[in-house]
Amino acid sequence: MNELSLHILDICQNSIKADASLITIIIEEDIINDFYKIIIGDNGHGMSQKTLSEVSDPFFTTRSTRKVGLGVSLFKMAAEMCNGSFSVDSIVNKGTVVTALFEHGHIDRAPLGDIGETIMILILNEKDIDIYYEHIYNNKKYVFDTREIRKVLGDIPFTEYSVILWIKDNIVNGIKNLQKEETK
Amino acid sequence: MKSLDDLKKIRDGAQKKVVMRGKHDGIRILVGMATCGISAGARPVMNLFVEKIAERDLNTVTVTPVGCIGECAIEPIVEILQGEERTTYCRVNEEVAERIFNEHIIGGKVVSDNVIGKFRL
Repeated sequence: MNELSLHILDICQNSIKADASLITIIIEEDIINDFYKIIIGDNGHGMSQKTLSEVSDPFFTTRSTRKVGLGVSLFKMAAEMCNGSFSVDSIVNKGTVVTALFEHGHIDRAPLGDIGETIMILILNEKDIDIYYEHIYNNKKYVFDTREIRKVLGDIPFTEYSVILWIKDNIVNGIKNLQKEETK
Repeated sequence: MKSLDDLKKIRDGAQKKVVMRGKHDGIRILVGMATCGISAGARPVMNLFVEKIAERDLNTVTVTPVGCIGECAIEPIVEILQGEERTTYCRVNEEVAERIFNEHIIGGKVVSDNVIGKFRL
C-alpha cells in the first residue's frame, strides 16, 4: 500500500468487525523530533492475549474465506521499514489500540494520501459508527468528529452523499491548512 | 474552506426532499474493502461511485464498503444488487467503475467485459 491512509482504512475495518461504536484516529506529526505517529483506537470487543500474540502474523486471520491476514502485518512492516515501531494493545470487551511510529523524514515513509476518502468510506460502513479524527502537525491541531456533525445534521443520514462529500472536503482542507500556516 | 454553514445549507436542502433514501431499496453498490481490495485500488473506485451519485443526486442508489469474498486475486470487486439480480464485477478500476455507473446503474445494461457471474440470489 502506497499511502498511510490506506493502511488506516484497512486497520479500521478490523475495528468495525469488532463491533466498535467509536473509532479514534490520531496522527501526530513532529518535524523537529522527526517522528510520525499513528494511533488507532476502538471500543470494540478486543482480543485475548493469545489472539494478540498472533495478530501480526501474516498467516493468522479470523476469516474463513482464505488463510492469510495481511492487514496488520503490512502496517507493521511499513513502520519497521522506516526505523519505527509497531504495537497492538487490547483488553477483552474494552477495545484495541494500534500504534505505529515512523521516522518522519525516512525515505520509505509513505505519504498520508487521501485521508478524507478513508474517513468517508469508514462513515459509509453499514454499521453505525462514530469517527474521531485528530491530526497534530507540530503544535497545530485539526479535529473532526462525526458526533459533532450528527448534531448539525439532525435526522439527515450520512448516506446523503452531498453531506459525505462536504465531510471529505472539510478534512482535506483542514489538513492542508495545518501545513500552510506552518510554512508562513 | 468548507464551513459548518455550508453543511447546514446541505442539511436544509436535504430536508426538503420528499423521497427518503431507504437503505435497502433501489440499487445497492457493494465495494470489497478488505486488505486485498484496498491494495488493489478499491478506495478510489468507491470514491468515484460516491461522487457520481452525489453529482446526479440519485435517491435510490447507495454504495457500501464490504469485506472480502475470497477472490482476492481479482479485486477490486464490485457487486451491483438490484431487486433479486446480483451482478459481480472484478478488476474494477476507476475507468471500469465509470462505465458501470453510466451503462449499468444509469443505462440498465450489464458491462459484460468485467463481469464474473450473474445469477439469481
